Amino acid sequence: MDWFYSFPNMNDDTLRNLKKAMDEGFKAFTRQYGDVIESFFQPLQYFLIQAERFMTTTPWPVMIVLIGGIAWIASRNWKIVGGTILTLLLIGYFDMWSDAMKTIAMIFVGTVVSIVVGIPIGIVMARSDGFQRMVNPILDVMQTMPSFVYLIPVVMLLGIGKVPGLIAVVIYAIPPMIRLTNLGIRLVDKDVLEAADAFGSSSWQRLRNVQIPLALPTIMAGINQTIMMALAMVVIASMIGVQGLGQPVLRSVNGQFFSLGLFNGLAIVGIAIIFDRVSQAYGKRLQKHQEVVHG
Amino acid sequence: MADRNIQGAGIRIKNLYKIFGKRPSAYVDAVKKGMSKTELNEQHGHVLGLRDINIDMPAGCIQVVMGLSGSGKSTLIRHINRLIDPTAGEVIVDQADVCKMNQNDLRQFRRHKTAMVFQKFALLPHRTVLDNTVYGLEIQGLSREKQEEQARRWIGRVGLKGFEDHYPNQLSGGMQQRVGLARALTNDAPILLMDEAFSALDPLIRMDMQSVLLDLQKEIKKTVVFITHDLDEALRLGDRIAILRDGEVVQQGTGQDIVLKPADEYISSFVKEVNRGRVIMVDTIATQSGAPSATGGVTVKTGTILEEAAKTMTDANQQYATVIDDNGKPTGVISMNNLIQAMVTPISHLTSKAAAE
Ligand SMILES: Nc1ncnc2c1ncn2[C@@H]1O[C@H](COP(=O)(O)OP(=O)(O)OP(=O)(O)O)[C@@H](O)[C@H]1O
Ligand SMILES: [Mg+2]
Repeated sequence: MDWFYSFPNMNDDTLRNLKKAMDEGFKAFTRQYGDVIESFFQPLQYFLIQAERFMTTTPWPVMIVLIGGIAWIASRNWKIVGGTILTLLLIGYFDMWSDAMKTIAMIFVGTVVSIVVGIPIGIVMARSDGFQRMVNPILDVMQTMPSFVYLIPVVMLLGIGKVPGLIAVVIYAIPPMIRLTNLGIRLVDKDVLEAADAFGSSSWQRLRNVQIPLALPTIMAGINQTIMMALAMVVIASMIGVQGLGQPVLRSVNGQFFSLGLFNGLAIVGIAIIFDRVSQAYGKRLQKHQEVVHG
Repeated sequence: MADRNIQGAGIRIKNLYKIFGKRPSAYVDAVKKGMSKTELNEQHGHVLGLRDINIDMPAGCIQVVMGLSGSGKSTLIRHINRLIDPTAGEVIVDQADVCKMNQNDLRQFRRHKTAMVFQKFALLPHRTVLDNTVYGLEIQGLSREKQEEQARRWIGRVGLKGFEDHYPNQLSGGMQQRVGLARALTNDAPILLMDEAFSALDPLIRMDMQSVLLDLQKEIKKTVVFITHDLDEALRLGDRIAILRDGEVVQQGTGQDIVLKPADEYISSFVKEVNRGRVIMVDTIATQSGAPSATGGVTVKTGTILEEAAKTMTDANQQYATVIDDNGKPTGVISMNNLIQAMVTPISHLTSKAAAE
């Protein structure tokens, strides 16, 4: 009855050998293809560095006007613009300006990459049930796997630095982008699609004229989710060398500096709220035609 | 009627079957052998949409399709531009079988040969009235100026001038339906498919839109397939009428045929309430006998409807009139008496049968 009380697990040696084989296999893969993969991500690195340089070298008053202007264009709402500027001023006053700018640069690049990669995947998913069945479990894994676990192979391949941090952020933040693009397109009114077909739309015309515009509010919700999730990854990404507001938080955990952690944490919250309100207000504005004005 | 201005293309629907469900082709033979709609649904969980439809729609005519809710009208009209693929059968337009076209040919066919008005409007909610209306031409790749020129003309014609920049949700149901109408007419296609295109309109605008369609037919004869629940509308517009029940054609012919010789009780109940004076022509009640001399010189042409003949006769204060053909040759006589009788007595399909015997 021994097997009943302790699980008849795999032989210790076999297990050890299995792990060793996997580790060595991956290491060999890293040695073989590490450089290729690194050069593949070169453009990303360039993009990141440029974004960060722009955010940190532009004088702060210019930056505030710029961000306030973007908030106005997107939301057309003075309250949101005012809140945005106030938050930025507070961040600067508490001496977190340059960290905050680095974080915003990171989030910006991460979101752009998620959109550029996520929307096409979402579109293909909406068109093919087979592809959807294949991608869905992958997205589940991406969302539930503890991020530390996929940090390991990323760091092994690319080392410590901005790019691996960005990849970790994107892996974590891209699923809602893909899912909501897929959902938005699938929810497009069948009657309207039928009308588009009846007039002889090609599948590209149908996508561009009907599916994307009608799915846009849902896609915008996906972008909003993606930004929020990217921000949630800032601290974890800082563990593998991403600079910004995450670094001081990490330091304060190690050194038990309560106030340092709190200030930087609040700065992250402030940025999150800015992004959220601005992108939501923009999404709402896109849906203006759906407000029921008559009947 | 010169046939030179016929723009439309003839449509022939041959032995068309449509079964909805997971494996429609498995049940076609059973349906062909006579399985009923209820049987198919209860025993096999498939819905019989259409059974053995054969309709010949000559080029340049308005073909009306009538029938109760769920009788398969929308299903039928969607086969003509193949928004629905048939389970069996053919839809021939201009010698080409629409059901056998490849994707590219089908797209060209839809772009250039057909335009459709939808029962549920199906407007693009994110586009303004103008941008909805140009849709067909935009897909064809016309220049924006040409698109707008056509679109504005039709928007004006359906009475929506001034609403070009409104979004569909800012319009009432009837206005939305007219946007759908303008969108289809702007496309200027030889085949016009209209699925209850006037159903949401008030009586005045409805009459006006019927006139738009009839005027258009006078200029360029399109082939129009028009679905309606309203028999008066059917009789006003339709050169030919087909009546569907449970996915089958129960009768087809001219409005006269249907009002005078309803094929069964279902159709009699349809035609009972119709304004007969506007449908029946003097020819059907003219008699050879009688007293032509007593007509006092009042003549009516063949093909005149009873209502008009009655007016002519009362204006002349006469009890009798001579019916003459196009060359002015007398072909018979009508009396006010049997004229009024024909206007007020609904002919049930039983009495019409008796009369035919
Ligand atoms: N996609 C579908 N799947 C299953 N059954 C369908 C489908 N489309 C239509 N039907 C069935 O086909 C029949 C005919 O429907 P259709 O829409 O053609 O009716 P209709 O004559 O246009 O009615 P109405 O006047 O209410 O518009 C109905 O019994 C309906 O349930
Ligand atoms: Mg219908």
